[in-house]
Amino acid sequence: MEHIYLDNAATTPMAPEVIAEMTDQMAHDFGNASSTHYFGRTARAVLDESRHIIAQSIHAKDDEIIFTSGGSESDNTAIVQTALANQAKGKHIISTQVEHPAVLKSLAYLESLGFEVTYLPVDKTNHIALADFKAALRPDTILVTVMMGNNETGARMPIQEIGALLQNHQAVFHTDAVQAYGLLPIDVEKMHIDLLSTSAHKINGPKFIGFLYARTGLNFMPLVKGGEQEHKRRAGTENIPAIAGFAKAVTLIDDTERANRQSKYHQFKLQITQALDAAGIDYGINGTLATDDLQHVMNIWLKGVPTNVLQMNLDLAGFAISGGSACTAGSLEPSHVLTAMYGSDAPQVAESIRVSFGAQTTPEEVAKFSEQLIQSVKSYLTKQKSKIGG
Amino acid sequence: MIYFDNSATTKIDDSVLQTYVKVSQSFFGNPSSLHRVGEQANTILQQSRQQIADLMHVLPEEIYFTSGGTEGDNWIIKGTAMEKAPFGKHIITSQIEHPAVINSMKQLERLGFEITYLPVDHAGFVNPKTLAQAIRPDTILVSIMAVNNEIGAIQPIHEIAHVLADYPSIHFHVDAVQAIGKNLDQLLHEPRIDFLTFSGHKFHAPRGIGFVYAKKHRLLQPYMTGGGQEKDMRSGTENTPAIAAMARALRLVKTDEAKKAAAQAAIKKYLVTEISKMPNIRIFSQMNDQFAPHILCFSILGVRGETIVHAFEDKDIYISTTSACSSKKGEESSTLKAMGTPKTIAESAVRVSLDEHNTMAEARDFVAAFHEIYHHFEKLYA
Repeated sequence: MEHIYLDNAATTPMAPEVIAEMTDQMAHDFGNASSTHYFGRTARAVLDESRHIIAQSIHAKDDEIIFTSGGSESDNTAIVQTALANQAKGKHIISTQVEHPAVLKSLAYLESLGFEVTYLPVDKTNHIALADFKAALRPDTILVTVMMGNNETGARMPIQEIGALLQNHQAVFHTDAVQAYGLLPIDVEKMHIDLLSTSAHKINGPKFIGFLYARTGLNFMPLVKGGEQEHKRRAGTENIPAIAGFAKAVTLIDDTERANRQSKYHQFKLQITQALDAAGIDYGINGTLATDDLQHVMNIWLKGVPTNVLQMNLDLAGFAISGGSACTAGSLEPSHVLTAMYGSDAPQVAESIRVSFGAQTTPEEVAKFSEQLIQSVKSYLTKQKSKIGG
Repeated sequence: MIYFDNSATTKIDDSVLQTYVKVSQSFFGNPSSLHRVGEQANTILQQSRQQIADLMHVLPEEIYFTSGGTEGDNWIIKGTAMEKAPFGKHIITSQIEHPAVINSMKQLERLGFEITYLPVDHAGFVNPKTLAQAIRPDTILVSIMAVNNEIGAIQPIHEIAHVLADYPSIHFHVDAVQAIGKNLDQLLHEPRIDFLTFSGHKFHAPRGIGFVYAKKHRLLQPYMTGGGQEKDMRSGTENTPAIAAMARALRLVKTDEAKKAAAQAAIKKYLVTEISKMPNIRIFSQMNDQFAPHILCFSILGVRGETIVHAFEDKDIYISTTSACSSKKGEESSTLKAMGTPKTIAESAVRVSLDEHNTMAEARDFVAAFHEIYHHFEKLYA
């Protein structure tokens, strides 16, 4: 059976170029970058070059890039350690109801320590209102953490606008860009971002590597202490092969490629909606089809069909899609994002699936998926109808 | 090329690299995903966990994957501190621990914890009696490494365990990063140990992956929060390819472990014998079963460690000053300092660290190079 992978927001396969780069690094240049001998210096050179490539990709300075073990570590470090280091200035934090669990759980931990968190609501398209943000901002706000793009619907948050509003405010501005990195142009200077989290395995890079961008002069306590790697901000022998693989993945997505992907994925969305329309399926889009949002994620409400039925059906037919996000570790709990958009009793919460495209996705795969989706929906609804009828 | 710096990092094994690539290509899914691609990745993840647990003779639910030794140490130390703070804020460690331990302790000091850094004797060993005297009613954690990374001294883990038998509520953590694959199972299987830290790249597994043994029912606060992976103890999408590769590397390093450790000990013994023939030499890693078979720390008196390292490097032989983590700073070794070694001697220390692939032929080439370097500096300083 053919397997079609449409769950790229959960993780992506590594690009062959990335595997080649990593294999080469592991097989030949295996030094510890802290060693002073030849192998150590070679490792250091690879580390420096990779850091430069990555810094350029978000218009940051090289020494503002801290390599971490991934998005969760970047988020935990950015949020918890910034809050702890700045608590003398206030204990108020602003975030949204639809962040990734790595952000929400970090905030819950801070609440248990006495911090106060305002979770901004979202509208029915999963966007926050700037007016709500302005109203929530207080003199004692020390941290604002808002994701750049949502992992379940692709909704893009007004990062540049928030950054501008915080220009003359003490609050440190963090954005979780795990889903947006590689799809949206990011300029930490223009957008006034102080901290930014990414993860390599979402952009065809290796797992367990990511970076945290931290603006020069920012005050936070390191999460991982030990040797003096990463300017004392993240200890541990540097994972050079993974870092080099990450940098390779970044070089594969230049400005043109990024824009191409957004427009390619947008076409996929239209392809699916046109197929559903043509087949007369009753559905809704959770989020928007607007080109401003992240195009790789598509969240579809298939009216009357439970999520788990669709998921199982599609899986048996060879299609990997998701019921929500992968990152509530295998749980079948209702999506906190859809709940925030519609309320917990809304049918969308129980009848939606997430489809996410990747660099390797083809129009043929999307066509096959649409066909299968239509068939699954129709056959379920027909069975239900006959049950009710009989 | 002779690579004698295996305590800093080891070269990945070819078949381990193949495992990494194969899993990356064929089982790239997110183990938390509910579809088949995710389930396949999850199967690999759980099989790897089972294999590692079997090789370590522990339960699979006692194995947690981390990004490496540094994270493992940080988690166990800070996770214990946060979990047990209501019962006490005193921790015992030693002056010769790895920076991942020492700097975690320093961070806890700033948060109001009190740390006792036990001294070591002139040979580099913690005294269990001193440790017993340091225990207080509010002691919550004892963290002592198995094998010192700079001189290879095997710490008296059983004796410390014996002391701790009377204090069942104290967490006992052992940083075992340098102890893996060196035929020290008898030490690591000490039943009183609650937590062990391991790092993959020290035994031919990839970088950026490691594991922690955490005894069932011993409670820790989670280190990274988020999606709830690793039973909510360590969030973050699991690095399935690296984990599978590490399981393989562990199996390989554990195969014929005794034989391979004996071979390294034989090389070390040969090196010690040859090097000690020169008068201006000080050997810190003795040839007895209190020292690991793979680490040899010595000084050529009067010559700075970095100078010796670079002299060997010119001959395509790679060794290090005492540890990779301190070499950049050009600082003297913290272990030798704790042993009371005079500064000038400590500054001239270098470390040779072996693995199972090093050969006696390499050792002979090393000794020949050593003689040239020794005589060169002897003339220079005569």
